[in-house]
Amino acid sequence: MTKNNTLVRVEHLVKHFPITRGIVFQKQVGAVKAVDGVSFNIRKGETLGLVGESGCGKTTTGRTILQLHKPTSGKVFFQDIDLTEASEGTLRELRRNMQIIFQDPYASLNPRMTVGRIIAEPLEVHNIGSPKDRRDRVQELLRLVGLNPYFVNRYPHEFSGGQRQRIGVARALALEPEFIVCDEPISALDVSIQAQVVNLLEELQEEMGLTYLFIAHDLSMVKHISNRIAVMYLGKIVEMADRDVLFGNTLHPYSIALLSAVPLHNPAEERKRKRIILVGDVPSPANPPSGCRFHTRCPIAEKRCEMEDPEFREYEPGHWVACHFVEKAQQKMK
Amino acid sequence: MSPEKEMEQLVNKKTGKEYGRGRSPAQDAFREFRRNKIAVAGVIFVTLVVLVAIFAPVFTPYSFAQQNRYSNRQKAFTGYDITTDFAEENCHWYNTPLEWGCTFYIAGSDPLGRDLWSRLIYGARVSLAVAFVASSVSLIIGMIYGTISGYAGGKVDMIMMRIVDFLYSVPLLPIIIMMTVYFKALARRGVTTGFMGTLIVLNRATGGLFFVFIAIGALNWLGMARQARGQVLSYKEKEFVEAARAIGAKDGHIMMKHLLPNVIGPLLIIESLQIPGYIFLEATLSFIGLGVDPPTPSWGAMINEGYGGIKSNPHLVLFPGIALALTTLAFNFMGDGLRDAFDARLRGRK
Ligand SMILES: Nc1ncnc2c1ncn2[C@@H]1O[C@H](COP(=O)(O)OP(=O)(O)OP(=O)(O)O)[C@@H](O)[C@H]1O
Ligand code: SF4
Ligand SMILES: [Mg+2]
Repeated sequence: MTKNNTLVRVEHLVKHFPITRGIVFQKQVGAVKAVDGVSFNIRKGETLGLVGESGCGKTTTGRTILQLHKPTSGKVFFQDIDLTEASEGTLRELRRNMQIIFQDPYASLNPRMTVGRIIAEPLEVHNIGSPKDRRDRVQELLRLVGLNPYFVNRYPHEFSGGQRQRIGVARALALEPEFIVCDEPISALDVSIQAQVVNLLEELQEEMGLTYLFIAHDLSMVKHISNRIAVMYLGKIVEMADRDVLFGNTLHPYSIALLSAVPLHNPAEERKRKRIILVGDVPSPANPPSGCRFHTRCPIAEKRCEMEDPEFREYEPGHWVACHFVEKAQQKMK
Repeated sequence: MSPEKEMEQLVNKKTGKEYGRGRSPAQDAFREFRRNKIAVAGVIFVTLVVLVAIFAPVFTPYSFAQQNRYSNRQKAFTGYDITTDFAEENCHWYNTPLEWGCTFYIAGSDPLGRDLWSRLIYGARVSLAVAFVASSVSLIIGMIYGTISGYAGGKVDMIMMRIVDFLYSVPLLPIIIMMTVYFKALARRGVTTGFMGTLIVLNRATGGLFFVFIAIGALNWLGMARQARGQVLSYKEKEFVEAARAIGAKDGHIMMKHLLPNVIGPLLIIESLQIPGYIFLEATLSFIGLGVDPPTPSWGAMINEGYGGIKSNPHLVLFPGIALALTTLAFNFMGDGLRDAFDARLRGRK
């Protein structure tokens, strides 16, 4: 991995949400460790899939990268500029290059604004073009995301979920960004519409050379679109590799379990395969387990896992994993 | 379904009219509102009262302060007992088709011989001024305070809200009554200079209403601030606000373009439901002599003036009472209708 084609570099990113008690004299009694030390690079033009169960900190990771949450510690470099140290003004300028598409297509559009105003807002905020230019641009963007440009005067509540998500995409594209965080853009949509939106995102990526951080809670959703995939568990990345490597040579017990839940197309293989059902609930991120965070649910956990947090290491070139017993997982779980 | 198909469904095939033009949430609510007959009746009545109040001189034969000591305590619907000279000099309706009204008591007269009908109509001005000015004052102060507090969050929010809590725990009405008594005493002494003097002059210019506005505003912005903060908090976490931050919008922009337009609707409804209370509070203050200054007619003050002789002259209490009741009822219907209309929209939406 050469450094100069890296667009986003995340180093030991930590985001803790304080838990406070008391009304007048608030004191911190703990923290939700939503993101607890994640590091990865995203290369120009690629899609990095970020996968994990609900509540593991995917959204928080995405938002913290964009500095929508102030990180507790760690660094985020965008085009080699440290976002965590950047001034308000620099950050505002940089926001033209990095955008986000949201998880909930109903909450992400202001119900009191027309579609035209929603999509033109980024242009207004950055003072781009005359009002006439902006109107033209909005129509162009609507066409680009497969919506009828006639709809500029309509309000969000008059659209379906899939259409709303397209509006969200158009807004994100308005500033012609290089990098877009796609925060579960399809999870809230009907299965029949999911493929359309993913295809749209792929087409746009090809046309405009976009770089994506594509978040999803299930491997089947990112399989198609990602170049590389990172698997997250309770605020940490447990495994990261090229897509085909991750699917072909899964190392971490948690990834193996997740993968065993992805339905296969071939029924014969489906029957043959071992399904691993994880027992127990996801522990609370306010009080994560000691050592390896997965040890409470890991089928091959040993004493050492409770004591010692496994290092996130490069097991083979380009294939990172955080587990003490990679070989054992290969023998016992496959 | 293909996106093209989805889009076609939004087109009204029969008229083709809806095509490309959306209806805002407010427009939806307005449609809902129009279906509610009682609420519409309330609006019509309020509109009538507003028109009558604005054009009060047209609707009244005499000025509200015009005394006629030869025909005091007249019953309603009785003829005048006044000289042509008096009518010619003081009656707005003289030499008009309504000239008969100059010598006819529509609602009787009070112990000072003032035409009660004229005073009732002018009294509407007071009630409406209170309804609109006091509610605007409370809405604007409360909304700005609550929006800032809710948006800022953290320590700022904590301090701002504790101030509201503190003021809530202070019995404000007695304090305001005491302050008003103090101001009125100063006014009687003829103080016109300094800060107090300015207030007193302002108060006199508004016929004693200025203190009423202050009293009602001071009492009610607290509740409005809490409501506004609550609304802002619920919207602040919404993803569209996050989206605005993601495109680099500044705090002011987010508050003005994203938060206020969303919170103002519910707040207006809450405020409109308070209006009858304001009208009553003014009536109460005027009734105990702390509201408008004589001879400004307020329905509350009129009831106060009339209730001593309620047995012999019930009309002096009855008419202002009816006016007060009908107006507050109309405002109530209107507010309820607004709330239902917006709730219905919320219920129907995902
Ligand atoms: N603003 C916040 N304040 C406090 N806690 C938060 C906040 N945002 C998220 N959290 C907590 O951080 C943890 C991670 O949340 P996050 O939204 O990042 O999860 P996620 O992986 O995106 O889940 P999902 O798939 O449900 O979207 C959760 O336990 C959540 O409750
Ligand atoms: S370190 Fe231990 S508990 Fe953690 S995944 Fe590996 S084997 Fe399981
Ligand atoms: Mg999320």
